[in-house]
Amino acid sequence: MSAHGHADVIDGHDVGSTKLFSWVWVWLLLLTALEVFLAYERLEVHLMITILVGLSLIKSALIMSYFMHLRFERLGLFLLLVPAMVFCICMMLIMFFPDSIRLMNLRPQ
Amino acid sequence: MSDTELEGIVESPWSGGASPFAVNSKKLGMWLFIVSDSLTFSALLVSYAYVRLSTPDWPRPFEIWPAIAKSSFMTFVLLSSSLTMVFAVAAAHKGEIKKAVRYLLATMVCGLAFVLIHATEWYTLIVEEHVTPWSNPWGTPLFGGTFFGLTGLHMLHVTIGVAYLGVIAWGFNKGKWTADHVEVSGLYWHFVDLVWMFIFPMVYLLSVNPK
Repeated sequence: MSAHGHADVIDGHDVGSTKLFSWVWVWLLLLTALEVFLAYERLEVHLMITILVGLSLIKSALIMSYFMHLRFERLGLFLLLVPAMVFCICMMLIMFFPDSIRLMNLRPQ
Repeated sequence: MSDTELEGIVESPWSGGASPFAVNSKKLGMWLFIVSDSLTFSALLVSYAYVRLSTPDWPRPFEIWPAIAKSSFMTFVLLSSSLTMVFAVAAAHKGEIKKAVRYLLATMVCGLAFVLIHATEWYTLIVEEHVTPWSNPWGTPLFGGTFFGLTGLHMLHVTIGVAYLGVIAWGFNKGKWTADHVEVSGLYWHFVDLVWMFIFPMVYLLSVNPK
């Protein structure tokens, strides 16, 4: 509603402090460092991809919740945006992965 | 419309009316763009995973030094630019124009640094190691296509982001635009950061030379 001038607080709700955002940044760096360490250790590929996707999902949740303020918005906005997006991505995975694994198993050993 | 009428609309169960979900139209529009753009990147990442799984001679050429060290530093630069962007938005909402513009400039410097380091990496791959979208010395040519496609589209997003922030910083400094514009440009910038959080592990960390 604040299309004109600058509001002191965004639409009257709390938007987090400098300290909170700095902590989120520190956590994102720590998770990244962990990922690089795992690559340095040359983990087995299947284990590696599972851990990396898990960590990436945690990192994107942190970025969306705090940096992109989604945690401080109405629940309705989250429900509008995220479930549909996750559903579409799951559909892509369901359509493509069985076939790529089938092709992988067709390779001459 | 009087203030009480406006409050009636915002307080309705749907929180809608003049302002759905109690956010301004620019912010809602940017969020919808981000959802569609995230599906574009998802499609590219899924197709990369598909061709990689189904191709036997997929190369894993990256050494810890310099490729992984360089891309880790790029991740650090991009994450830090997100932090300065958060501070820019906070300063803009407090009406501290000079401070907000300084943080916006810091964000742009980080973004530019990211693009420049990325460009040196591309230069090494193309000129010294002879990798193109159609061929490479290690294995399937698809490696180059997916690598340059994914990182190139992301680099384009960062470049456009730097220009976008530049325009916003200029307009906000002149009083032409409001803190809401700064916040919406911040959403775009954080999204570009978020996408890199998937490209970095999928394209770089999973391509570390196993030897």
